[in-house]
Amino acid sequence: MRQLFYNQAIAEALAEEMRRDQNVILWGIDIGPYGGANACTKGLYEQFGPSRVIDMPVSELGYVGMGVGAAATGIRPVIELQFSDWITLASEMIINQAAKMRYMFGGVLQMPLVIRAPVGGYLSAGAQHSNSFESMFSFVPGIKVIMPSTPYEAKGLLKSAIRDNNTVLFFEHKKLYAMKGEVPEEEYTLPIGKADIKRPGSDVTIVTYAYMVGKSLAAAETLARQGVDCEVLDLRTIDPMDREAVLASVKKTGHLVVAQETWRDCSVSSEVAALVAEEAVDYLDGPVVRVTAKDVPIPFSPVLEEYVLPKEADIVAAVNKVLNRVSV
Amino acid sequence: MDIPRETLLLIYERMLKIRHFEDRVKDLFAAGELPGFVHLYLGEEAVAVGVCAAMKDSDYITSTHRGHGHIIAKGGDMGCMMAELYGKATGYNKGKGGSMHIAYPELGILGANGIVSAGIPIATGAGMSAMLRKSGQVVACFFGDGASNEGTFHESLNIAGAFNLPVVYVCENNLYAVGTRQSQVRKIEDIADRAVSYGMPGVVVDGNDAVAVYEAAFEAVDRARSGEGPTLIECKTYRWRTHFEGEPDTYRPPEELAAWIKREPIAPYRKLLIEQGVMSEAEAQAIEKKVVAELDAGVEYARSSPLPTPESAMADLWA
Ligand SMILES: Cc1ncc(C[n+]2csc(CCOP(=O)(O)OP(=O)(O)O)c2C)c(N)n1
Ligand SMILES: [Mg+2]
Repeated sequence: MRQLFYNQAIAEALAEEMRRDQNVILWGIDIGPYGGANACTKGLYEQFGPSRVIDMPVSELGYVGMGVGAAATGIRPVIELQFSDWITLASEMIINQAAKMRYMFGGVLQMPLVIRAPVGGYLSAGAQHSNSFESMFSFVPGIKVIMPSTPYEAKGLLKSAIRDNNTVLFFEHKKLYAMKGEVPEEEYTLPIGKADIKRPGSDVTIVTYAYMVGKSLAAAETLARQGVDCEVLDLRTIDPMDREAVLASVKKTGHLVVAQETWRDCSVSSEVAALVAEEAVDYLDGPVVRVTAKDVPIPFSPVLEEYVLPKEADIVAAVNKVLNRVSV
Repeated sequence: MDIPRETLLLIYERMLKIRHFEDRVKDLFAAGELPGFVHLYLGEEAVAVGVCAAMKDSDYITSTHRGHGHIIAKGGDMGCMMAELYGKATGYNKGKGGSMHIAYPELGILGANGIVSAGIPIATGAGMSAMLRKSGQVVACFFGDGASNEGTFHESLNIAGAFNLPVVYVCENNLYAVGTRQSQVRKIEDIADRAVSYGMPGVVVDGNDAVAVYEAAFEAVDRARSGEGPTLIECKTYRWRTHFEGEPDTYRPPEELAAWIKREPIAPYRKLLIEQGVMSEAEAQAIEKKVVAELDAGVEYARSSPLPTPESAMADLWA
């Protein structure tokens, strides 16, 4: 099958949806002739022109807020934030406006708004360019949160996000932009809210998402050589979470590790652990172990960053711990 | 304006320091010695130096992602900076910060910043603090033309104007924010015009003319220190390099870059000081030699310094 880079898959999804629907409009900074800081809008300005691919000033509160007003009035804005780190500046418009308007107004308007933003560390980019804020936004009702782990999923899920009549945060991992993977030529979409089993297994469930999927799969290979059969479940959508898929896998394996890149407290991993505690505790044959970043801002120096962010070896160790197995 | 000789010489030395430091960072980064990414200040030296030369060591500055120049201009040590860029334990911030996050409160450096415009309210708060403590300190707030389109800029300047805060807002207008030419996303030509809305003077200066910058800053600092309130100074300048090292230069007309390089700030200033008898050719050369030796020593210090211990990542979060 044809191979595309993750950022090319995103660009292709944007182009297809723009062709499909006149009202799909992109804005953000440096997304026009520059093509986006991560080349996710490369060629789109040339194809669709300055009224469909609009460069904005460095004014996050303004241009994300405009997305709310435009979405409420018939446009389907797809907004790019250059890094997700400064979604903080726009968060009022996401949390108090976009997420609440439909509900608060009794369903009288729609909010077909997509905000795309790169997340993640492992780049020595320092404390203000390495964040992953999915847990913060998943906490808020009224926002869907998607974090694709492959080019195939990036394309299929972004197309669904654009067609969705709700606010969707689409977090792309910086380390994945250069990942190559199979993407069919023919049109497809992937459902929001459906997890995917990336590796079936019988001994332990590793629930994970985004860049940690690759690390989890690598850990699973290492463990397979030691006779441990891991199931790697990629959430793909953080909110709404595919609870059934998590529970079904845990009921099958009886063991749970949750692996995420960001901080532990009150996070996605907390939610997964709580879900299993509430709904499937009788199926567990060992403790739940979470693999996460350590609870400090992501430091710059590579030795420090490596210490703070989770590694493949941490996942291996966590699996050994839930199985009460001596590490080899 | 009568500028003291030692100030004139200091301006020369610090501009040279920035020039050499940034040139070296460019090479070290290209050689793969420095992790992360770096934004260079080459071409804009006169702005930071002109402003900081009008300030005291005890005064404050806030800086940006393009911060090396501000830190050197405020008296920062090139060795401690370089060690931070290398991620070493001996860096200004123990390797936790990196190029975009150098702070050194002893010299009033309240931090470079990875978030565009975040320094503006912080500077305003430091100004409020200086006023409340009656410390007589002044704050210089550096930010770009791009940053002036953030809400933080407008909110902060309004507050500073209303409370007569001792802050000098220094907009480094280099025409671009990353790859977007700012005239495409801003209707007005001069950002200094915005000062009117906030009840403060707005001044446009040639940011490549260190004397002009110094004179504008001197007046603004004086105004701030004597309780008359803030000033917005817009310095017209240009960055020679791309937004960050490694970015392809696809969006700037080569003639534009060439014209700005021709108008570079240091050579004419050097000529001026020699013509006016402030320094001799030999003195100028000696200053440059000293700067390069100090930089060489700084790089050596950075290279030979130890890395932080991994566990030190967990220190410094809490008081
Ligand atoms: C709040 C925020 N938005 C966007 C960015 C990405 N970004 C980093 S530097 C930059 C351009 C800033 O332009 P300007 O303020 O003119 O400073 P210059 O780089 O020209 O010195 C942008 C958009 C950021 N770091 N923070
Ligand atoms: Mg600029």
